[in-house]
Amino acid sequence: MVKTGLGEARETCAPVGAALSGGTMASTRPRPLSPHLTIWRWGPHMVVSILHRASGIALSVAGLAILTWWLMALALGPEAYAAFAKAAHSPVGLIVLVGLTWSFFQHLLSGIRHLVTDTGAGFELGVNKTSAILTIVGSLLLTILLWAWLLGYLK
Amino acid sequence: MSIGDSSTPLGKVRGLGSAREGGEHWLTERVTSIALLLLGSWFIASLLLLPGLDPHTLVEWLESPTGAIPMALLVIVGFKHALDGMNVFVDDYVHEPGSNFVINTLMLFVAVAGAAIALYALAALAFGGAS
Repeated sequence: MVKTGLGEARETCAPVGAALSGGTMASTRPRPLSPHLTIWRWGPHMVVSILHRASGIALSVAGLAILTWWLMALALGPEAYAAFAKAAHSPVGLIVLVGLTWSFFQHLLSGIRHLVTDTGAGFELGVNKTSAILTIVGSLLLTILLWAWLLGYLK
Repeated sequence: MSIGDSSTPLGKVRGLGSAREGGEHWLTERVTSIALLLLGSWFIASLLLLPGLDPHTLVEWLESPTGAIPMALLVIVGFKHALDGMNVFVDDYVHEPGSNFVINTLMLFVAVAGAAIALYALAALAFGGAS
């Protein structure tokens, strides 16, 4: 199972706790099942958890490779930079760069949410759900704003 | 804990877990994430505030200490945080100790090499070498 953090664990473990504290135990109740992706109704917190991992991998692999390429191209001079710029301005290049921008903002906002939950705060179901939705709304908005500016619409 | 078991709760869990260690790794991930919050915001803000994004302006920016130093930190902390995160990812899915060690070691080499290349590029820009 993908690590989803304590917030999700508490929520999904609720039926387990209820079964154990009921006192009747296994003879009259079905044994609690281990939480698994396939049996839980999908919620924003689960989406954000998986997006955090996916965006982290995207940034680690493609993001850092492109950052290194970009710095090296700048250092090597105009010809090398022209090759980088050509790739960056191609349709595939733009899709990758916009995707990485979204990954960056999603990972950043979701990371802030993780830092908050690391302190033990933000685990209430409503707060947890709202903050999860906000990271997605925020990352999409910031991506659109940054690219609107980069493409000259906001200058 | 049964009677006669004198081990502490910490002693019981030490050495367990997917990587057989982890407290320091976990904390390092958080500390580097806070650093990247600052450095990442600096990076985006710098791109927005630069007069242009042509190579001449970018080189001028990265030649100066105010560009080169935070960018070097972004590279170092970025590769470290990426490696730590990828370690967690691999530990979650690659349970065979041999493969786990090989993949994590390869990732360490790639991360260090990548950071070295990026830092070389920055040094070349700052001190004038590569071009």
